[in-house]
Amino acid sequence: MSRHGYSGYALIEVLHTAQELFGYLSPALLKTIAHKLKLPPSRVLGVATFYHFFSLKPKGEHTFVVCIGTACYVAGGFGLVQKLEHRCTKAGHTTADGKVSVETARCIGSCGLAPAVIYDGNVLARVTAEVLDKQLDRIGVQ
Amino acid sequence: MNAEQLRDDQNEELARQQGLQNRILCCTAAGCISCGADGLRQALAAEVETKGLKGKVEVCGTGCMGLCSRGPLVLDSAKKRLYGNVTVADAPAILASHDAAHPGLAERSIDLEAPFFTRQMKIVLANSGRVDPEKLADYIAAGGYQSLAKALEEMTPREVIEEVRKSGLRGRGGAGYPTGVKWALVAKQPAQTKYVVCNADEGDPGAFMDRSVLEGDPHRVLEGMAIAGYAVGAQQGYIYVRGEYGLAIQRLQNAIKQAEREHLLGSRILEQGFQFHIDLRIGAGAFVCGEETALIASIEGKRGQPRQRPPYPPASGLWGEPTLINNVETFANIPPIIEKGGDWFASIGTATSKGTKVFALAGKIANTGLIEVPMGMTLREILFDIGGGVPGGKFKVAQTGGPSGGCIPEQFLDTPVDYESLSKIGSIMGSGGLIVMDETSCMVDVARFFMEFCMDESCGKCVPCRAGTVQMHDILQRITTGEASPAELEMLKSLCTLLRETSLCGLGQTAPNPVVSTLKYFPEEYEAHIRERRCPARQCKFAPEEREVPA
Repeated sequence: MSRHGYSGYALIEVLHTAQELFGYLSPALLKTIAHKLKLPPSRVLGVATFYHFFSLKPKGEHTFVVCIGTACYVAGGFGLVQKLEHRCTKAGHTTADGKVSVETARCIGSCGLAPAVIYDGNVLARVTAEVLDKQLDRIGVQ
Repeated sequence: MNAEQLRDDQNEELARQQGLQNRILCCTAAGCISCGADGLRQALAAEVETKGLKGKVEVCGTGCMGLCSRGPLVLDSAKKRLYGNVTVADAPAILASHDAAHPGLAERSIDLEAPFFTRQMKIVLANSGRVDPEKLADYIAAGGYQSLAKALEEMTPREVIEEVRKSGLRGRGGAGYPTGVKWALVAKQPAQTKYVVCNADEGDPGAFMDRSVLEGDPHRVLEGMAIAGYAVGAQQGYIYVRGEYGLAIQRLQNAIKQAEREHLLGSRILEQGFQFHIDLRIGAGAFVCGEETALIASIEGKRGQPRQRPPYPPASGLWGEPTLINNVETFANIPPIIEKGGDWFASIGTATSKGTKVFALAGKIANTGLIEVPMGMTLREILFDIGGGVPGGKFKVAQTGGPSGGCIPEQFLDTPVDYESLSKIGSIMGSGGLIVMDETSCMVDVARFFMEFCMDESCGKCVPCRAGTVQMHDILQRITTGEASPAELEMLKSLCTLLRETSLCGLGQTAPNPVVSTLKYFPEEYEAHIRERRCPARQCKFAPEEREVPA
């Protein structure tokens, strides 16, 4: 925060850094940020909920982000979402044991490789349901 | 560094490169990296070590080479051979002095004389796939920052704007506003503080042009912005880049640092009186932030909601100061325009659309990837000559402009690609995503898909967009499950007009476009869903028919 001079303009940068450090934005963390940047807490919460990138809930040990941009939609991205929802949890949620988070993204810009899935930060190209099955077996999902 | 040293550096690096026996270029754009390009590059470098070729052969990472469907790609610049689907095991064969003994490589070899390469014309992507985006020296060797030096040394800001105006360059973000006019608007503002903003919030699903330019040639965008800053009288620039583009962010940060160290950015650029700083702002996943007033709000640390225009950003933008906002590709066009002149640029393209356009080919097409073609080429040439056609299927539509664009059916394939022609047939140029669908795609479901996108991404500020997209999505959803009545179809049509005419910003105004264009060209598909409960593309699953319960 000091890098940005505790300026309210830097709110989004601060939230980015906070999420990187803590994994997600807890209510206490948001309150601290609001206090330090001298912003109303409503404004901080408003910004944090407006942008998809910020997560107010802790993430699972592993994250699958399925791209459902147009190219991946044409190539069958929704089938992959169904597969993950069937084996793990609904998109946008984390399994009860905190092992896997399933998310969707609106185009990650890897359209040449559709359908694409980001698994723990790495882009997997031309993913099939079998590839997902194998990956899920490897990390021990029932 | 001053202009003279810049030229010395260029000659020095060029001489060094010519002294090498060979340069092996390995595509390290995000697409190829996800197919294992990083490991391949290390394997090639290790092979150079073991063969004792160090100092003779150089292995370089480059930006996108275009043919993403065959990644990872490796270019042997001495033999002028391009290899696709390369694996780590191929590294020794690529570095062997003669490859006749390795039949495996013949199969990996890609014909550089194929229409995919020969029909393209590269201005924006001239360096992409040739220079190492992480090395400033490589960009300088390719003539980088010479245009900035020329502008600062030989031209007044007014002459720079005149050159851009003469070029006929129009905004590449989609709307096509003449760039020179926009620059002149900002330049004539009397304010002391002005800003230059680069819109790199490429949110259109199906588009990856800007990401590839930023990843492949970040310095060119910085140079274009610095020239813009000089022309309009700004000293601070911001690049607003999507948070999802990790590699692009990392390469931009690196490029800004390098350029500042060599006095190509920062204070006293090229030892002249001009100063210009560039900072990055990372987006956080909101499509609406591509709209210029929403983008400004986001840079200011607020919720990215658009506001009423006018005043337009050239009069009152970032923190109320005059602000020039251009797209990545627009800025990337600036250095060649300054170098070769506006007349040269204006000689390419059609009467109203000048220069080239970068497209991202995706969907059901043989050669997915990144291409750049002169304006005015027909869709048929782009999709079938360069794109290689639809593998194992029949072409149905091409979708341009993402959720704000439309679907173009087969009868319009001979339409030349320029701003006016595309809008005449109910689509838009957009930022350059070009997605091909074959007969397995249901047009109603495609319209529903885009409406779902707009519904999710609506910022919620104005009612027509916030409530209208939900209603339209609901009706489309009911059509795809066979529950909609003919009256609802009429309702859908009237909602299209309502959203188009009353929404606050471009998102709401253009949200009905996919519905309008599919309704216009494929009315029979809507009819089949509603009246016959049948999906011609066999994609939609219908809800079980409601039976009348006997009393």
